Amino acid sequence: MFPFLRLGPFILPMASLALLAGLWLGLPLIEREAARLKINVSMLSNIIFYTLLAGLVGARLGYALEFPNVYLAKPLSLLALTPTTLSPSMGLAVGLITFVIFIQRKGLPFRPTLDALAPGLALFMVFVGFAHILSGDAFGAPTNVPWAIRLWNEYRHPSQFFETFIALTILLVIRERFPKPEGAGLNFLLMVALSSASRVFLASFRGDSVFWPAGFRGDQVIALVILAISLYWMRKWMNTHSTGNIKSHEGGGSYVKR
Amino acid sequence: MTESNLPSRKRRWEILMLASLAAGILWTVVSRVPSAVGAPLSSSPSPREGFLAPDFTLDNLQGEKVTLSDLRGKIVVINLWATWCPPCRAEMPALENAYEQYKDSGLVVLGLNVTNQDSESEVPRFVEEFGLTFPILLDRDGSVSALYELRGLPTTFFVNRAGIIRTVVVGGPMSETFFRSKIEALLQEVQ
Repeated sequence: MFPFLRLGPFILPMASLALLAGLWLGLPLIEREAARLKINVSMLSNIIFYTLLAGLVGARLGYALEFPNVYLAKPLSLLALTPTTLSPSMGLAVGLITFVIFIQRKGLPFRPTLDALAPGLALFMVFVGFAHILSGDAFGAPTNVPWAIRLWNEYRHPSQFFETFIALTILLVIRERFPKPEGAGLNFLLMVALSSASRVFLASFRGDSVFWPAGFRGDQVIALVILAISLYWMRKWMNTHSTGNIKSHEGGGSYVKR
Repeated sequence: MTESNLPSRKRRWEILMLASLAAGILWTVVSRVPSAVGAPLSSSPSPREGFLAPDFTLDNLQGEKVTLSDLRGKIVVINLWATWCPPCRAEMPALENAYEQYKDSGLVVLGLNVTNQDSESEVPRFVEEFGLTFPILLDRDGSVSALYELRGLPTTFFVNRAGIIRTVVVGGPMSETFFRSKIEALLQEVQ
């Protein structure tokens, strides 16, 4: 594990750098897939930029809302560059809403646009695994198996390596032409379903789970719900035989089903 | 693929999806750990979030011993610092203000000077310069810095009433708002 890099007076968190690298490498994949699907690439890039920005703002405001008295006393603290004062769930919610609003307002075809995101998001998930390897977060439960790694004073499941390996496999499935359910939007849903299924499976090896009543792991239950939702929509979209040719849009022509 | 193959292929996908969901539910139920509810992540202390804060005993500036485990039941902020470290100097007023505001609510701030990398004679001057009222501890041999795997200064650990580390911040300076929000979060924790 290599959580920090010291550069003179600066201490750089390696996990954050890995996530930035995932973003940096994931965006070209999204753009390439968008071009292949004949979606307006520059418009989609702009929407992703606004989504990320809105997500960041939402994450900070979400955190501030948890402590209104503190932030009302010094509102300029909202602009502080401290990543630990962000609310990830609020950031995700605001980002998703922004994304949906923008693609509707700009007239991008919904399901093909989701498909364009799939390879980039799958690559980003690989870098989430790398970030966990570097920081030592998302660590495994104590174990005696021969492949255990010594981490945080105990031998543990190498859950970060499992996570990265599975994310790489999902990336391969999403990128390559394996037999897959056919139809617009299904590649994206497949990516979500596989990622959440992997979380359901891997949660059992994690040592940092938050336990809910009756011993259920919070992250596992959430992943299971996301898996169920994505499978439901996969079934629905498979049955609504879409050609994906929803509407023409500026400079992009129409989406053609693979 | 011919049109006639389409329904059977869809059916196969549906069966696979249903089987995946059933397997997920089964796995979630089987991998429950009822005994882990409310327990810390590990019984062995480690200087990271979710773990018990490693215990230590150090002298304060008055020569009295201060032991971390004696403070169980209080919210503890452990701030590792040195007099020569600019971000440490920059965040000291915020730390002092937060301490003044929350000490009656059960907050203890331990200003842990990394004395083996600092000049001990400079410490009282520093404390006087910033008007610090919270306890200043001297890590003369660097053993506590090593125990807390110090990677850079300042480093701050926010420890809850049960002695579990909730937040670790490497680097700074941190604002008063930041300190206050983290302390508020610890105060809101169900005891």
